[in-house]
Amino acid sequence: MRRKSIKISKDLLTLALVAGLYTVLAFLLYRGSLSRQASNMLIPVSVYVVMAVSLNLVVGLLGELSLGHAGFMSVGLFSGCLVSIALAERLPDPVRIPLSMIVGGLVAAVFGFVVGLPALRLRGDYLAIVTLACCEIIKSMITNLKLTGGARGLNIGPAYRDARALLPYAVVLVLLTILVMMNLKKSKQGRAIMAIRDNRIAAESVGINVTYYKLAVFILAAFFAGAAGTLYGHCFANVKATSFDYNLSIEILVIVVLGGMGSIGGSVFAAILLRVLPEMLRGFQNARMLIYAVVLILVMLATGNPTLKAFFDRFRPARLKKKLSEAILARKAKADPPQEGGAA
Amino acid sequence: MTIFLRTLISGLNLGSIYALIALGYSMVYGIAKMLNFAHGDIIMIGAYTGIVAVMTMNFPPLIAILTSILVCSLLGMLIETLAYKPLRQAPSLSVLITAIGVSYLLQNLALLIFGSEQKAYPTLGAFPGFTVLGVKVDGMTVLTLTVTAVIMIGLTLFINLSRMGKAMRAVSEDRGAAELMGISVNRTILITFAIGSALAAVASTFYGMTYVYIKPTTGSMPGIKAFTAAVFGGIGSLPGAMLGGILLGLIEQFAKAYISTLWSDAIVFGVLVLVLIVRPSGLLGKKRAEKV
Repeated sequence: MRRKSIKISKDLLTLALVAGLYTVLAFLLYRGSLSRQASNMLIPVSVYVVMAVSLNLVVGLLGELSLGHAGFMSVGLFSGCLVSIALAERLPDPVRIPLSMIVGGLVAAVFGFVVGLPALRLRGDYLAIVTLACCEIIKSMITNLKLTGGARGLNIGPAYRDARALLPYAVVLVLLTILVMMNLKKSKQGRAIMAIRDNRIAAESVGINVTYYKLAVFILAAFFAGAAGTLYGHCFANVKATSFDYNLSIEILVIVVLGGMGSIGGSVFAAILLRVLPEMLRGFQNARMLIYAVVLILVMLATGNPTLKAFFDRFRPARLKKKLSEAILARKAKADPPQEGGAA
Repeated sequence: MTIFLRTLISGLNLGSIYALIALGYSMVYGIAKMLNFAHGDIIMIGAYTGIVAVMTMNFPPLIAILTSILVCSLLGMLIETLAYKPLRQAPSLSVLITAIGVSYLLQNLALLIFGSEQKAYPTLGAFPGFTVLGVKVDGMTVLTLTVTAVIMIGLTLFINLSRMGKAMRAVSEDRGAAELMGISVNRTILITFAIGSALAAVASTFYGMTYVYIKPTTGSMPGIKAFTAAVFGGIGSLPGAMLGGILLGLIEQFAKAYISTLWSDAIVFGVLVLVLIVRPSGLLGKKRAEKV
């Protein structure tokens, strides 16, 4: 029981921290004291947070490797933005933007369903390559369609908004994503999904409908990716489908793995860190991505190698706390020794 | 008819390049059980090595190719020792992310050293072509096909007959049992990486001579396509990688010639998805029974 209450408070803490962070940022933004560079990053970083948290649903909770998350984002972006552009003159922003985000999310959810179907038959790396393939197919479809502006990209034009106008929608989307993920993790459905991850056959044998849950996870993750994509589209004047290739999917996967599988807070903060850090390293130009690559490899080595991990674990606050509490317990035990035969 | 033959030949040419790269992917996957995402970037390094060897060092073509093979093998072994070996016990996703990190590292190293503008791959000599049924067959294509065929036969013989090949098969079948039989698993994996990277270097030579222009991101698309080919044929299976590579090259070129250049990638990946839905472990992949 104790353990459970600690877990819940961790996710709640994430939610509270994100809300607090947004309050501060909103205050700064609307007062005009946020630099141009920082305010331009607000929406993309929020979108990355949603992408990472929703991909974590597939990779962390369901345990399936997906390399096609950028495809859902792309589908959502183009369908949602097309709706938004068409309605630009007719509906006011507070109706149009949420509406287009829902449309983008729903269209992406349909694709999530379609991509989720092979997931029922394929496992591991085979599924990874199929999701990657679907992402590439989506990319060439959108690049070749006239409706979406073809290779020159879609002109967002009348639907374009700056960070000041988009921030409220971003805040709602991010908080909603975190809330849904949080509740899902605690719910019966979430536990069923994690049971499938841990042992599919055992889960099936206790009556969990694997087909239903696998598809549901893909659909839900795609919905959030699509909605985030629509929001992302609104903060650019022109978007090209070629930016949403497997490299973007991989970038989001890196965020999820670095943040920790199944951890909401991890995804949120890894997304912020990995998006803000490269911006701060802008001064180093070419060495920027080199540093990123080296850091990535070193972090993986430090967390994955038993010897290195043991070395770094010594400095972890949780470990120190544990040591401290162990020392206190030991002192207590010395003070009043346990009575023998008490358990009987 | 001439279009058909020409497409067939160019498809085989592209397919051989994919097959050579896919072999490296598949060998490493079969033995180390990891997706080496950096494999595509080894091709790029191999191509740059070729350029430097010919243009700066003035090596004769054959020596240049050998240098490229040597550099790539050493690089493959270095990557395996520094980045992958420490993670042998780690979850497979950590290894995958490390491989992605290595891929970024190689691309950005190349960007720092050679710059972002593309460089031309030197012609390594002229090969006489000939004409069959009214279709001119390029000498280069003949060379590519011959060398690929020789490598495939050699590799099959090596895997099936040599002591090292036996060790490789044993490690891929059951790592723990192989270790108990006295096989050095680390050495076997190291040699697998060396062979896989050497094949990538050979592929880089053909790639450079066919497509000429090389830039730091050159490796990623052939890498992804070869990965697709390896999965298509059944990842971990060498005949599968050869078949998958050649089929993928043929599908791509035929789609380009008969349907549309713009849609060729979508068609290639679409065929892959369909094949995997029908045969979930690839064309020649082993179907493993699930044990409860």
